[in-house]
Amino acid sequence: MSKRLMAAVVAACMCFGLLACDPATPNKPVLVFSAIPDQDEARLIERFGKVSTYLSEKLDIEVRYVPVKSYAAAVTAFRNNEVQLAWFGGLSGVQATQLVPGSRAIAQGVEDPRYVSYFIAHRDTGIVAGDGFPEGLEGRSFTFGSKSSTSGRLMPEFFLREQFGKSPEAIFSRVGFSGDHSATIALVQSGAYEVGALSYQVWDKEVADGTVDTDKVQVIWTTPPYPDYHWVIRGDVDATFGEGFAGKVQRALLELDDRDVLDAFPRQKFIPATNDDFLPILDTARSLGLMD
Amino acid sequence: MNTTASRLRHTTLILAVLGLLALLLADISITTRDPGIELAHIGNGFLTPDFFSTEKLWQALGYTLAFALQGVAVGSAGGFLLALLWRWRAVRAASAIVRAIHELFWGLLFLQVFGLSTLTGLLAIAVPYCGIFAKVFGEFLEESDRAPARALPTGSDAFSSFWFARLPLVWQHMKTYGAYRVECAVRSSAILGFIGLPTIGFHLETAFRQGEYSTGAALLYIFLVVILSLRLWLRPVLLPLWLFATLLWAPPQASVTSGRLIRFLSEDIVPAPLRQSQWQWSELADWLLKLLQEQILPGVGQTLVLGMAALLATGILALMLFPLISSQFGHRLSRGAGHSLLVLLRTLPEFLLAFVFVLVLGPSMLPGILALALHTGAIVAHLCGRFTDTLNLRVDAANGLNRYAFEVLPRIYPNFLAFLLYRWEIIMRETAILGVLGITTLGFYIDSAFSELRTDRALVLIGAGVMLNIAVDAISRGLRQRLRLRHGLTDQN
Repeated sequence: MSKRLMAAVVAACMCFGLLACDPATPNKPVLVFSAIPDQDEARLIERFGKVSTYLSEKLDIEVRYVPVKSYAAAVTAFRNNEVQLAWFGGLSGVQATQLVPGSRAIAQGVEDPRYVSYFIAHRDTGIVAGDGFPEGLEGRSFTFGSKSSTSGRLMPEFFLREQFGKSPEAIFSRVGFSGDHSATIALVQSGAYEVGALSYQVWDKEVADGTVDTDKVQVIWTTPPYPDYHWVIRGDVDATFGEGFAGKVQRALLELDDRDVLDAFPRQKFIPATNDDFLPILDTARSLGLMD
Repeated sequence: MNTTASRLRHTTLILAVLGLLALLLADISITTRDPGIELAHIGNGFLTPDFFSTEKLWQALGYTLAFALQGVAVGSAGGFLLALLWRWRAVRAASAIVRAIHELFWGLLFLQVFGLSTLTGLLAIAVPYCGIFAKVFGEFLEESDRAPARALPTGSDAFSSFWFARLPLVWQHMKTYGAYRVECAVRSSAILGFIGLPTIGFHLETAFRQGEYSTGAALLYIFLVVILSLRLWLRPVLLPLWLFATLLWAPPQASVTSGRLIRFLSEDIVPAPLRQSQWQWSELADWLLKLLQEQILPGVGQTLVLGMAALLATGILALMLFPLISSQFGHRLSRGAGHSLLVLLRTLPEFLLAFVFVLVLGPSMLPGILALALHTGAIVAHLCGRFTDTLNLRVDAANGLNRYAFEVLPRIYPNFLAFLLYRWEIIMRETAILGVLGITTLGFYIDSAFSELRTDRALVLIGAGVMLNIAVDAISRGLRQRLRLRHGLTDQN
């Protein structure tokens, strides 16, 4: 009996514990934004929480950040109007603007018009960086990042096809998708895959943080530049939040000069962007059969 | 000779040959070069768990339990109603289709319509569980003794005869099975975090993929404690209270607009060629043929190879592990240790095992086979071990290896085979999660289709998976009937 009683007490306590963290229900329209989980995922809320605080002050409206698990989830949430504003990669951005009529790119990082990917290789492969495209890639095992990543999949695949005239499956002995940029580094470093491709920013950051053993894994090639990350806002925000709201959000992003907030992306600053800036990405995605 | 024993031998031989063939076909090379650093990091993480680095940990735990309890409640109620109509072929077919689709894929489908909401979490568990409950409850009722119902006076109304003469016979089994399902549901609910629902799996997957092993280890410890202590605090008496609490805290809701549902049905799931204004049948045929050649056939092939190889490994592992917990072998201490090992193996999510094996062994099919076999092998070993406790051996029966080979194994072999065949279908379902991790089973292509936002392709691929699972289920059922294997009521689906 005492056991049962104890179980009941514990249960009751936990119920109240659960009730205590009941999320508040909003009644004013809330701007919800999200971002593709491209790196440093364990601290998404910490990273993007600062952004919502900044936007909230600037726009004088409640701004909430929702973490998502995948690039596709970010696009789906945007399409379903669960989020109205999103920090997308090149590919997810054009997917979103294609799926949601009226939505448009409003800002990009100053680095983004000329983004690049790094190809990295395990030291044991003997492949080293040189002038031009490295020799000896054929027949190796190779990992992309996320299936929907621009710098971890789309553009590397494009350049590989351009270089070899055949699909990655035909070039390499094994092709995998690590899921994200940090995982690509870990897998190539452990030798699970011999070669990989990823965003230059993530590589540079991890090297600076000292989490990469550069004796084991090295950059062997840098791709030509292409446009990548950008902010996209839904076309119907003006109707929900008032006339000229999209413009206000754009100004807020362009005026952002708080280092702490910018480091969440990480970007030096934001500059204007339009949908047309990302047409090359759309064409590439179509040519690779990733979009219809 | 066509004896029961020869049939058992034949079946075993066929399964073993198929399993070996699958191992030959499977890519099981070890490709990794120096997993040492990463393994050291993982080991270090498990020794220094960090319980405070996860954002919104308590919320994640709350959602994990909420989806699980609500899902089981709705699923068991729905399953019970379907079980009443179990003699209808349509009901049996519908429940087979519904349970052939993995929770993850139900989740991904509901995400398209209901978004990242509590309703998605509830439905992703409730719908497949409804199919599972319908089957198990239906079979309970089918197999129960009809004598009490027949003994009722003629003219007793249907409701009374069901309520007083049929239900009481199976009620206890249904309760036991329901309790087991709650444990499964907590695991399923955690797994739903992989596709973005805010359960503990969300953080667990992130932590391990990002190499934050201290955080990951802490989450895993918490998850294990929750699962293992379930029986202590999830008393049947308290179930309504818990359910009420989860309903208050995470009421199943979604801000769904009718437009979204219409768009899903009339646009998203319509095959791409049909969405053009003027389409021709040949375009649809080309689309299907391409999908069949490039994704369905390779995917089904790899799924079968992985499934058969894992089934063989499961069988061998189970035969090796069951003596650890059997009262016919060892002593109290060794059995205690054996129980702990088996519980640990079957509670660890396959995903995590596979993930660690990929780091150690490299990205082939081997990590998948090992992960599935360790997990399922532990379950089959547990069931076999428990069954040996009911055996009454002679006092002077042999000991050691002779006892195993000549006394115990022959007596439990039919049950072992029955458990294994039952698990086959489940192994095939679970290959889905390994596909999401990158092993090119059907699940891999389904995951790709969702990440390319091509729900139409995903649906066709899921359909192929359903057909494969139903075929496997039919073969397994046929084999069991041929061998006259009955699972009694101990099946743990």
